[in-house]
Amino acid sequence: MTDPRPDGLTPSQTVGPFFAYVLTPAAYDTPVLFEADIATPDAPGERIRIEGYVLDGDGEPIVDAMLEIWGADGEGRYPGAAAEEPGRNAAFRGFGRTEVDSNGFFAFTTVKPGPVPGPDGAMQAPHVSLGVFARGLLKRLSTRIYFEGEPGNEADPILSLVPSDRRRTLVAPRTTRGADAVYTFTLRLQGEDETVFFAV
Amino acid sequence: MAVRYDDASLAAHPPSLAPDYASTRRRAPSQPLIIIPHTLSELTGPVYGHETVRPGDDDLTRQHAGEPLGERIIVTGRVLDEDGRPVPHTLVEVWQANAAGRYIHVRDQHPAPLDPNFSGAGRVVTDAEGRYRFTTVKPGAYPWRNHPNAWRPAHIHFSLFGPSFLTRLVTQMYFPGDPLFAYDPIFNSIPDPRARDRLVSRFDMDTTAPEWALGYVFDIVLRGRDATPTEEPHDD
Repeated sequence: MTDPRPDGLTPSQTVGPFFAYVLTPAAYDTPVLFEADIATPDAPGERIRIEGYVLDGDGEPIVDAMLEIWGADGEGRYPGAAAEEPGRNAAFRGFGRTEVDSNGFFAFTTVKPGPVPGPDGAMQAPHVSLGVFARGLLKRLSTRIYFEGEPGNEADPILSLVPSDRRRTLVAPRTTRGADAVYTFTLRLQGEDETVFFAV
Repeated sequence: MAVRYDDASLAAHPPSLAPDYASTRRRAPSQPLIIIPHTLSELTGPVYGHETVRPGDDDLTRQHAGEPLGERIIVTGRVLDEDGRPVPHTLVEVWQANAAGRYIHVRDQHPAPLDPNFSGAGRVVTDAEGRYRFTTVKPGAYPWRNHPNAWRPAHIHFSLFGPSFLTRLVTQMYFPGDPLFAYDPIFNSIPDPRARDRLVSRFDMDTTAPEWALGYVFDIVLRGRDATPTEEPHDD
């Protein structure tokens, strides 16, 4: 069933400063639907932590941002209905949401995705899609988190579209903390070393 | 067949930098966005439907022991894509100020009363035809510090997923005839007046429940796949 073609998209508006009591309501009575820790036991892949700060054009922390991640499981599969398609049908839900804290800091726990199919049959290096919402952002900012040391980064069809001197803003350095693998991803929304954002 | 979402329609959105909205000045990226092809990472997306909502999540007037103060309203509409296809079984999260213009968020310092019977958080899932409906009270306008004597028009925040990562939308619904529209830099950040008008709900007597609540209709249009050709002809 198809209706007459609508006049156009519903425009985006800012999430504003007061979203937490429904979108990230851990401190409120509202039940929490989405978590920052999405590394469920049934998800294949290396457990990793992705953490960092969200900074504005003055380098000051943004303390009222919401972040969402979307990634494949360790075998490069996204959740979805069409099990026969390559890259589909993971048990892993793949979606995480969190707010930054009063220092502008965030952390996700997930699995490191495997390579997923890209344009023209080329494989994409492991990556996680990231959406940023905040007061002062009239529409979502979209970017990707890539992982230091991945052999596929050099030939990744999306990273290759980014000027070489800006690619490092998308590749998270890896450290270890105890037994945990930690990738650091700092979001600089504006100015020097500004994070690359994509039109998707 | 390559699936591609239309890009041209994105012109309906505000630019990142809208200087009259002061918070954009130090948060809007200064570098141009880099256009990327739509890969599996963009064409897939989280799927959240009926399992995520509880009975009563769609009635913001019945979440506490008593009834909230304010004008009771019903908000309903359809979620469609650009091609007119319904977006079924998709989660819609809504939040708003109370009738006095105060949010329960800990950082809201507006000296208007909190209402112990109103939180202002709701969740609904669209049905097979993309329809949603919830009951609430009409939110009040409230002051903010963007510029001297700045007030936001009454609005309800909406957050929607749709079928993929790139159909995600966060927006605000407004009420018809609000005298604050002309003064609001967030509303006016949308360049095209016709696109702006799509954020204004429509009063609807057929939705209005006798002796109970006024009705407003707000249809939402998410991005559509630029399918070639469509399976069914359009009516127009």
